[in-house]
Order: sequence, then C-alpha cells, then structure tokens
Amino acid sequence: MEITVKLFAMFRVGRFAAVTKRYEPGATPANITSELNIPEKEVGIVLVNSRHAKLDHRLLDGDTLSLFPLVGGG
Amino acid sequence: MELRVFLQTHALGDLIPWPVQAGAAERYDLTIGEAEETILQLGLLPARYQRNRQTITVGMQLRLFRSRVVVIGSGGLGGYIIEELARLGVGHLVVVDPDIFEEHNLNRQILSSPAHLGAPKVAVAAARVREINPAVTITPIQDAFSATNGRKMLEGADAVVDGLDSITTRLELVELCREMAIPVVHGAIGGWYGQVATQLPGEDISPYIFGRWAEPKGVETRLGNPSFTPAVVASLQVAETCKVLLGEGESLRQRMLFVNLLDMEFEEVRIEPPLAAVGE
Repeated sequence: MEITVKLFAMFRVGRFAAVTKRYEPGATPANITSELNIPEKEVGIVLVNSRHAKLDHRLLDGDTLSLFPLVGGG
Repeated sequence: MELRVFLQTHALGDLIPWPVQAGAAERYDLTIGEAEETILQLGLLPARYQRNRQTITVGMQLRLFRSRVVVIGSGGLGGYIIEELARLGVGHLVVVDPDIFEEHNLNRQILSSPAHLGAPKVAVAAARVREINPAVTITPIQDAFSATNGRKMLEGADAVVDGLDSITTRLELVELCREMAIPVVHGAIGGWYGQVATQLPGEDISPYIFGRWAEPKGVETRLGNPSFTPAVVASLQVAETCKVLLGEGESLRQRMLFVNLLDMEFEEVRIEPPLAAVGE
C-alpha cells in the first residue's frame, strides 16, 4: 500500500519533508518512525489524514502520516 | 480645579502627554494607573498609546487597562510576553517564576543582562515594567507554578499566558485553566521550532498539543533555543492574548500553529473540538 509520510521540524534534517512510498499492509506509524530512525520519545503529534492518531494506528492505502516532534521549551 | 477639568484643559486634541499624566497623578495624589483610568474614561488617550490607534480604540485601551493577565514563566517566552503586554497597556500583570537569571539565559531572555545575573527573574520583570509603563500594576511571585498552588495565582485572571519550560507543568496549567474557565494562550519553543494554541473556556487542548506525550521535556534539550524563536512565539502569544481580552478577530481555536523558522513554514494542526460541540 502507498503511504505519504510528512516530517516536520528537525525530523526532516537528513531525511525528507514529504515522500510517498510503499509499505506492507497493516503498517503503523510506529513501524515507520522506527524505519526512519526517529526516536519514539521525540515524537509528539501524530496525524493520519490531518486527524490525531496513535503510534499503533493501522494505516490504510493512500493515508498521509504527519509526524511532529515534542517541543517544550520556554 | 477638578481632575477631569485639569485633564481636559491640558489635552492636546484627545491626547494626554506623559508630563500631564504624571503631573495629574502628583497633583491629585493618584497612582499613574488611577490617572490613566480617568483619562481613558474621559475618552482621552495617554499619548504613549497614540500609535496603537486604528488598531486599538480608546474604548479597547480602557478594556486592556482593566484586564488582568497572569504570565507563568519569566524566561525566554515570558520576558517578551511581559514586555509586550506592558507596552500594550494591560493594566494588571501577575508574573510567576521561581528562578534567578543565569549566564545561559543571556543569549535570548530579553530581561536578562550581566548585571542581573543572580537576581530573581520576577523582580527584574517588575522593575522593567515599572520603568517602561508605570501605569501597569505588576505582581511578582517568585514561586514555581503547580497544580496545588496555581489556583490562587490564577484567581481573577482574564487571560493566562504560558511561558513555562516543562511539558508536564504545561498540561497542569491548561487543565487548571479549563477548570477555572480562564482563557489560556499556550506557547512552546525548541531550536528553530515552536507552537502556539489558544484554549477558551469550555475547550480542552491538552490531548492534542503534545500528541502522544510521554516525556517531561522536548527537543529543546537537544536543540537549545536561539534568540529569535522565543521572540516570534511570544509575539504570536501576545497577539492572541490581546484578541482574547478584546473579543476581536479569529483566535487559534481548534487549531495549533506549528512554527518552523528554518524552512520558514507555518503549519496548522487541527485540534479536535470538545465532544459537546460535535454535531453543532
């Protein structure tokens, strides 16, 4: 199935801003962050098709996944 | 001569120059703030606010003057927030921060300077506000906000602004604001990046602003904070606060702005509406 992955903030550095590629059916955001070597503890907001989702969400063909880091400074 | 007559006699058009405001306070034994309220009630404008005009009317200026805003944190974000709220003419500020200025604050915290190293941040903030706008009443509280002591700090606030540096404490702050039905303007920064969102009474942004939050700190521990990121995010927060106080414009409700200054992108993240509002 094809998933569009959008990365935000420093998740892009050394990776990409957005890419569409094939994943195994049943892939989850957790599988994709792991494949991209993004530490799970740095992940904040996870969106699937602009709606908030969890890392174990089962993605469907054509979904767009957006990953934002946790930002907590002041 | 009565105070009102004194002010009307010395007005230049509808502007009251600073020496007249200060003179009126001295002559009639008032605080600068009391003089300011009378000026605004007369439909006159302290001349210091003349460039607010067209954006903020005399009536709105009076509303700002009668507003009470609590700023939690007086560091990178908080310093700019306090400076801008005081210049805007918000009449009552409460500033909460337990810390003293340290050398690693100097790259970005507008209220810090070598002379203030070791001084409590809230004391420096209070001195700064009294210097730049003596009409503003500022209450410094040198203490850490928490769910247990926060209620007293927020009492009577028309709006609360988040200048904290911990995700855990931020979630406690928005929760308490929700309980007390006080609008809160959230902001957070890390490196080139930041985020801003506004929670109005009846709403709950806490499940959305940090997503699947599990850590007390974010990427700022690795990326630090340069000088410009707090200035940008704090200014966005003050614009939101101004609109909340005046009931003007469209605030960042049910959407969070995610700021990326490295690629110069502003992304909106949807915040789900409260359950009760679904189907409305």
